Amino acid sequence: MNFKGRDVISIKDFSREEILHVLDVAERMLPIAEGKEKSDLLHGYIMASLFFEPSTRTRLSFEAAMKRLGGNVIGFARPGTTSLKKGETMADTIRTAESYCDVIVMRHPQEGSARLAADFASVPIINGGDGAGHHPTQCLLDLFTIKREKGKIEGNSVALIGDLKYGRTVHSLAYALALFGIDMKFISPPELQMPKEVVEECREMGVEINIENSLDDIGDMDVLYVTRIQKERFPDPEEYSRVAGSYRIDRKLLEKAKKDVTIMHPLPRVDEISPELDSTPNAAYFRQTFNGVPVRMALLALVLGVVE
Amino acid sequence: MKELRVQPIKDGTVIDHIPPGNALKVLHILGMERNLPESVISIAINVKGKRGKKDIVKIENRELDTQEVNKIALIAPNATINIIRNYEVVEKHRVKVPDELVGIVKCGNPNCISNGREPVESRFIVKSREPLRIKCYYCEREPEDISSQII
Ligand SMILES: Nc1ncnc2c1ncn2[C@@H]1O[C@H](COP(=O)(O)OP(=O)(O)OP(=O)(O)O)[C@@H](O)[C@H]1O
Ligand SMILES: [Mg+2]
Ligand SMILES: [Zn+2]
Repeated sequence: MNFKGRDVISIKDFSREEILHVLDVAERMLPIAEGKEKSDLLHGYIMASLFFEPSTRTRLSFEAAMKRLGGNVIGFARPGTTSLKKGETMADTIRTAESYCDVIVMRHPQEGSARLAADFASVPIINGGDGAGHHPTQCLLDLFTIKREKGKIEGNSVALIGDLKYGRTVHSLAYALALFGIDMKFISPPELQMPKEVVEECREMGVEINIENSLDDIGDMDVLYVTRIQKERFPDPEEYSRVAGSYRIDRKLLEKAKKDVTIMHPLPRVDEISPELDSTPNAAYFRQTFNGVPVRMALLALVLGVVE
Repeated sequence: MKELRVQPIKDGTVIDHIPPGNALKVLHILGMERNLPESVISIAINVKGKRGKKDIVKIENRELDTQEVNKIALIAPNATINIIRNYEVVEKHRVKVPDELVGIVKCGNPNCISNGREPVESRFIVKSREPLRIKCYYCEREPEDISSQII
């Protein structure tokens, strides 16, 4: 398996074996990610972190990943400080940046931007989110979290909950879980249902999909993956409150769930998960956030060809 | 007897069986307006053929590469490309939708990077020919009405 020089644009660019390999490498990175071991694996390498759209978690965890491995980071956290403001195309920004670095991590508000950047750059491009498009490193860290919380990915049943229509992470995640043969429930308000192409694709991959509108029936789920329902999606604020309220995970709901149910959330959360759950062993969302670091370390080391 | 609506040409290319009224669009897709070839081009619109009306385009002294002409398959799926040498048809190909459509269909997603100011042409991957299904190389969306999005 060779990752050297590869772009990471969409989770669909990876086979199941390749995903498992990335997760294995991430596992090995854990002590370094936790700061317990020091590393200079990427000493002398430079990562350009180009955030054409601001982000907290993705940017910080990529930069932490690179620095934990002894590498350097250049870049910008918002486009305001760059010559893009002066009308430079993204393609030119990419061509400029690549002459100063060994790998580019980027986030951009438009769909397809990472694919386009990859065509212009000869250094590897890692997509940190392209508009409503892909966010493959989020998907990998979600899989890594399931693997760590449950011991393995296969054999779990997963409910994806909340805004399944616009939430970009759930589309890639549904695909990736289907790749691992995982049966899923898609639980959302009717107006925010999983797009039918995604549902069809999962079914074609041979997994069982149940589409539901309430949290009544989550008693046999191993993982609840919760996403934010955004206010902007509802013209009427009262309608929003009513809908959002009925997809909220709290202590009462937890009583109906499996005792060892894992609760995940890509964060930031607003009201979807009651803070009273934060201290339960079921709440995996902060560990999930941490998992972004070892997974991104693994990807950086792999595409730079320092680890095979 | 050969049907020769316009003057016979000695050498060149005849694009036949274009749906009536689409000859100009065909020339547009082939980019003939942007960089006019030196050769003479004749256009016949609403010619009565054996199977109803059709348009025909004849280009003198240029043998169009089938690959290149395949782009017109989107609007003229039954067109044939006839290569003429010394007044005779020496080659005939039916057009076929190519594997990729570059600069022909505009992506309908306003937030697609191909609709911005980047130095790239629109690009679609052909997923299936019958029925015709295409997907934007950049944002991966599938247009619902392809013909309305032809550039
Ligand atoms: N020398 C020529 N100059 C101009 N046009 C020509 C010449 N020879 C043939 N054509 C045109 O090229 C097209 C194809 O010619 P061909 O003789 O193969 O006709 P056909 O047998 O009717 O073919 P098809 O079955 O494809 O309609 C016709 O439209 C014909 O008028
Ligand atoms: Mg004929
Ligand atoms: Zn597009």
